[in-house]
Amino acid sequence: MAVRIEREDFDIGAEVRRLTAGRTDIGAIVTFSGTVRAGSRGDAIRAMTLEHYPGMTEAELARVEAEAGRRWPLQASLIVHRIGTLKPGDNIVLVVTASAHRQAAFAAAEFLMDYLKTRAPFWKKEEGADGQAHWVEARECDEEAAGRWQEASGGAGEPALG
Amino acid sequence: MPVKILYFAWVREKTGKAEEILDVPANVRTVAELVSWLKGRGPEYAEAFARSDVIRAAVDRRHVKPSADLSGAREIAFFPPVTGG
Repeated sequence: MAVRIEREDFDIGAEVRRLTAGRTDIGAIVTFSGTVRAGSRGDAIRAMTLEHYPGMTEAELARVEAEAGRRWPLQASLIVHRIGTLKPGDNIVLVVTASAHRQAAFAAAEFLMDYLKTRAPFWKKEEGADGQAHWVEARECDEEAAGRWQEASGGAGEPALG
Repeated sequence: MPVKILYFAWVREKTGKAEEILDVPANVRTVAELVSWLKGRGPEYAEAFARSDVIRAAVDRRHVKPSADLSGAREIAFFPPVTGG
């Protein structure tokens, strides 16, 4: 179980090898990686800058990862999220889950991404081809995706200030 | 009580600062009351918190509701809905 926030790019193969080295109890590994799209809402973008809340980001991702470990029998998991200025096509986020069987690994990877999207304190600012920058707005469907995992007692996304 | 207040993304741009230490009056007991108090500190705060329905808050690095109690809080953060991943 590990969480990393970094500026540098990651190598998916190297991360998986490191996570599973010497392990013979793992039968299924799921990786998800998210990359910068060139155009969102029809506008070409030149760059994207990711800001975060140092300290809370790590704490929140660790809580989300611990929750995944509570819900599914995971042998290992990893979350890597990049910050700083990225270009279209660059990697943004990597989630790896490892379990004895595929169902837990698939479900846990999807859960981690859905929760990361609505709880981890990152903010994206896009710079358009015209040089104009704007903050990316949160999407309602991300909140709904996280809501699917809600247990009777718990809340999914961040509560609104009202 | 002196409390560290942090602002992120467009909330930071509108207040013009990333963080500050403020002596919050004792009668400011909840996150919602802190937002009201901050709005009175100047036009940049009024502007930053004008859309208070979309602004989120964290107390000591945990997401909280507007009704959250501030007693014992050391670090309070305000930010737009998150957009990572």
